[in-house]
Amino acid sequence: MSLATHRLQSSATSFDGLKTIIRGNSVWLLAIAFAIFFSLQSAFFLTPFNISNVLTQCVFVGLLAIGMTPVVISGNIDLSVGAVVGLTACIVVALQPYGLGVAVLAALAAGLLVGLVNGLIVEKMGISSFIVTLAMMSGIRGLTFLAIGDISLSSTDDRLNTFAMLAIGPISIVVVLFAALAAIVGVVLRFTSHGRNTYAIGGNRSAAVDAGIAVSRHVIANFALCGLMAATCGIAMAANLGAAAPSFGRDYELLAITAVVLGGTRLQGGKGGVAGTLGAVLALAILRNGLNLLRVSPFYIPVVVGLVLIMALVLDRRVNRQAMRHGE
Amino acid sequence: MLDRRVDEDRSRECIAAAAEPLMRIRCIAKAFPGVRALGGVNLDIFAGEVHALCGENGAGKSTLMKILAGGIRPDEGEILHSGAAYEPKNPRDARNSGVVLIHQEMSLAPDLSVAENIFLGSLPCKWNGMIDRRRLNDDAARALKACGYDIDPAARAGDLPIARQQMVEIARATAFPCSVVIFDEPTATLTEAEAESLFRTIERLRKNNVAIIYISHKMKEIFRLSDRISVLRDGETQATLRTADADEAQVMSLMIGRTLDRRPASQRKFAGNQVLAVSGLSSPDAFEDVSFTITEGEILGLYGLVGAGRSELAEAIFGLRQANGALLWQGRPVTVRRPRDAVALGIGLVPQDRKKQGLVLGAGGRENVILANLAKLSAWGLLRRAKAAALYSEFAERLRLRSASPTTAVVTLSGGNQQKVVLAKWLATDPRLLILDEPTRGIDVGAKDEVYKIIRELAGSGMAVLLISSEMPEVLGLSDRIVTMHHGRLTGEFRGGEVGEEDLIRAVMSADHDRRSKPAVAV
Repeated sequence: MSLATHRLQSSATSFDGLKTIIRGNSVWLLAIAFAIFFSLQSAFFLTPFNISNVLTQCVFVGLLAIGMTPVVISGNIDLSVGAVVGLTACIVVALQPYGLGVAVLAALAAGLLVGLVNGLIVEKMGISSFIVTLAMMSGIRGLTFLAIGDISLSSTDDRLNTFAMLAIGPISIVVVLFAALAAIVGVVLRFTSHGRNTYAIGGNRSAAVDAGIAVSRHVIANFALCGLMAATCGIAMAANLGAAAPSFGRDYELLAITAVVLGGTRLQGGKGGVAGTLGAVLALAILRNGLNLLRVSPFYIPVVVGLVLIMALVLDRRVNRQAMRHGE
Repeated sequence: MLDRRVDEDRSRECIAAAAEPLMRIRCIAKAFPGVRALGGVNLDIFAGEVHALCGENGAGKSTLMKILAGGIRPDEGEILHSGAAYEPKNPRDARNSGVVLIHQEMSLAPDLSVAENIFLGSLPCKWNGMIDRRRLNDDAARALKACGYDIDPAARAGDLPIARQQMVEIARATAFPCSVVIFDEPTATLTEAEAESLFRTIERLRKNNVAIIYISHKMKEIFRLSDRISVLRDGETQATLRTADADEAQVMSLMIGRTLDRRPASQRKFAGNQVLAVSGLSSPDAFEDVSFTITEGEILGLYGLVGAGRSELAEAIFGLRQANGALLWQGRPVTVRRPRDAVALGIGLVPQDRKKQGLVLGAGGRENVILANLAKLSAWGLLRRAKAAALYSEFAERLRLRSASPTTAVVTLSGGNQQKVVLAKWLATDPRLLILDEPTRGIDVGAKDEVYKIIRELAGSGMAVLLISSEMPEVLGLSDRIVTMHHGRLTGEFRGGEVGEEDLIRAVMSADHDRRSKPAVAV
């Protein structure tokens, strides 16, 4: 059930190669199709302002989805990322009186810590990550509300907001940072032994154990990375809006998982990658933005997203049935 | 392939050359909840020998191998490897000591490349932490070539056919210095040509002075490959024989160690009502043109090796698998599209893998028995608890089920008692035909005899029983009639009591050369 599988094919003719490329990046084709459709429907779609808008919309869910991808590939899930966004956004704003550097570092440390704790409980206690991170999500959200109250905090240090407003042409600095982080995670997954071990763990955990891979360490590292990315998202969100509230990031974990799955990462692990997730994030952002431009009621948008997800997976299963039969 | 190699000189030579065994296994014991898997195993393994390990299912071979490969730790006993104590904590420890196990089930990560799988756990890295792909692929190509395999190191492991995946595993085992390689029923899923190439690999390993422990049920392979044979029975070593001095009958009798009482019932004539007639049943990739009948009170044995299509046939009759052909149920044509249809007719299936297919492991015995009988235990859609409890106790008593309480999770029961829960579940549906797929797999000897007794009682009460088994004594001892299956076809039919082991072996070896589905692998 993958939409963006990277397949290593040894003896591919150029036609097969083309087919592989199309199959391996079908979610990017979907994004392009959406872009073409909406640019025909709305003259405003391809304006620099709107493009910049779409890209910025990508960033927040994108950061979470990129962090989530290695966790899912290793066969786990992290539902706590949305709550971490709320927590870290509040930390980075509330601690500004102690200095901006302290505030940012504290927020990052908080995200890292949550990720580490998630990973440690999952691995050392052997409890399913779904349960662990569900509890973490609920606990962190509650604690953030207890500490801050149901209010929003205004940023007192302008530097954060000013930084977020920097742009290279129509491209915001936040988008550039996001792209860089995505590239790093992508390279780690594809080209380092931590990345390859992550695939091995998700694909066949007992084989990974037998091969002497320190399975727990890799799984915990992925959770920590995921927490760190969630903290980055929280900081970026607070910077972008110049404010923070405990409710930040609510439901974002589900949007992130939607993007990861649409991007072809297998929820049982072992398969997937950052490129697919990135394409899915972009496709979903274009869809959202386009439907807004066409003045479709905002209540329809989640419905459409749900339909796209199901249809994409059904279609993908059809296309890959032959391959799956061979593989299993 | 049937020619028996009697290479006496070589086998003597190798044992004389290595007067000191490479691996000394002494008094190894291991118990699992409810089952004593090993109770005192002694083995000496020499460098450069192929040491075959025989034993019935449940004799403890797999447990012993897992202990050697670091998967589990023994309760008692000691192992010496090259004179030093050998106590691997995990598979990595074992591998570092040069001991590797080639698994019965494939253990590759399907989405990694062949090369990545070979060097999994020790991928070569460059200075910047990136994987050194060129070196990885070169090293993998070298490891594959050393084994004589022509496999692209960059191919995705999951895309390879099973036989080639096994080759990757062997290349992985031998890419590092190794002194003991354990093969656990390596040919179970291979075609003959594929097996031949495996044998060549084993020969090569032996020449490199590697000790090979070879587990198999197939006598011809054992006699062809091995230098010595050890027989395990009920968790103990029975004997170690020099292959050149042994014959199949001797090994068989050591494995079985007991004779099942052959009942005179096998002489019974079955003029009773036909329960099921199967004619021309085929299912792609599983079996072809299968026809047989079974009558009331009859035990029909279906003998064949693993992979012959027996379980698939059972699944087709039970509606779990699509098949073309005709089923006559008590003389009337029927179609069975899903298990519910089969249950409604009066067919029960005790599946091969009771933990995966037969039981809800976390639930109690009573819950499990209720599962297949909900309709008759319910009124207005609600379960009648008293009725359910009565049904459970009736069958628990009849089958002599030993469980602390009706709600004790079945996962904590011994294999034999678990199997009785599955039996109870199906017997409670009051079937006319009971299909038993490997009913005594993984249960210990005492429990086996009880299961046999139950099967006989059932047949005595008029139930038709289709007994699928790869354990020859079981089939011979219980069946009124036996059909043999090989490569998806029925290859023979025998009357119980008139047939011996030889006949069955011949029937499942016959017609071996024409209908090969898979192409030969060039090596």
